[in-house]
Amino acid sequence: MDNQTIRDRLQAQFPQAILAVSERFGDLSVTLRREDLLAVVTWLRDHPEVPYDFLEHLSGVDYLGRTPRFEVVIHLMSLRYLHRICLKVTAPEDDPHVPSLTPLYPTANYQERETWDLLGIVFDGHPSLQRILMPDDWIGHPQRKDHPLGEEEVAFTFNQERIYAQKPFAKE
Amino acid sequence: MGLETKAGDLGVVTTSLEYVVNWGRTNAMWPLLFGLACCAIEMMGAQSPNYDMSRFGMEINRASPRQADLMIVAGRVSRKMAPVVRRLYDQMSEPKWVVAMGDCASCGGIFNNYAIVQGVDEIVPVDVYVAGCPPRPEALIDGIMMLHEKVKREKISGIKEQPLRLEQPLIQQVDVKKYG
Repeated sequence: MDNQTIRDRLQAQFPQAILAVSERFGDLSVTLRREDLLAVVTWLRDHPEVPYDFLEHLSGVDYLGRTPRFEVVIHLMSLRYLHRICLKVTAPEDDPHVPSLTPLYPTANYQERETWDLLGIVFDGHPSLQRILMPDDWIGHPQRKDHPLGEEEVAFTFNQERIYAQKPFAKE
Repeated sequence: MGLETKAGDLGVVTTSLEYVVNWGRTNAMWPLLFGLACCAIEMMGAQSPNYDMSRFGMEINRASPRQADLMIVAGRVSRKMAPVVRRLYDQMSEPKWVVAMGDCASCGGIFNNYAIVQGVDEIVPVDVYVAGCPPRPEALIDGIMMLHEKVKREKISGIKEQPLRLEQPLIQQVDVKKYG
């Protein structure tokens, strides 16, 4: 199964949903419209000839300064033909919502939770979008490029008096 | 006075209670079985036959905090892990000691960011800091020997001694005009 066949089939089936197609080093990646993500993924999963039955990977990217700012990258794999396809969906900063793939692939559950936890991209239709890596009471999404790193001043001999005076040492 | 002093051949040893208690505590320490990062590999190496920490009375780690009295924090403590470490410390039976093993446990190390506690002394009182990234097993054993010395100086009243601080910087100010 080659990339050109999949590409032609997708173009024929969803001419309006595909915003861009690129092929680099033999990897096919398709940028989709946000509204059509579920339809395209459902079609890919249930395709009679080349079923993409395995969601390999789902993650998010923060392109700070670009509009739209966020991007969700999904890698699907067909275990029968060992063929991969990469789907990309963008979301603007003021409306970071992307449809959830958990109803289609249960393995997307944790990966979407992680993407939401670290980047703040909301997956509509996810059964329980809770924090998975950060503590439950954490405020903010730390892998956003504009999130403060939260570093503390390093104590050396010349400034340790000032730093240790403010540092919350444990008392027993 | 001491264990070396024997009164004739009666088999009677005169010493102080403080000395005997501290001696017993020193030579039967039970470390808590947990590791947080790569330092734990070196900690396991220190207990392996190559380095053999059991020479100093530490045969095995105890997996239950209620049977342990030494906590070796081996690795960086994330903010999510911090309540767990504190809870383990609270469950340990008195008297108990803490060794911060490695740079990350001592001061955050290379992870100076939002996710890592900048020094485990923010959540548990640390007795000995071992530097290194990660410290070699010899360094860990040296830290534990240092802790043994500290335990031997403990008073029977239970009052812990104050930490030792450097009075002057290790590296003296270099005269720039003189040495360029």
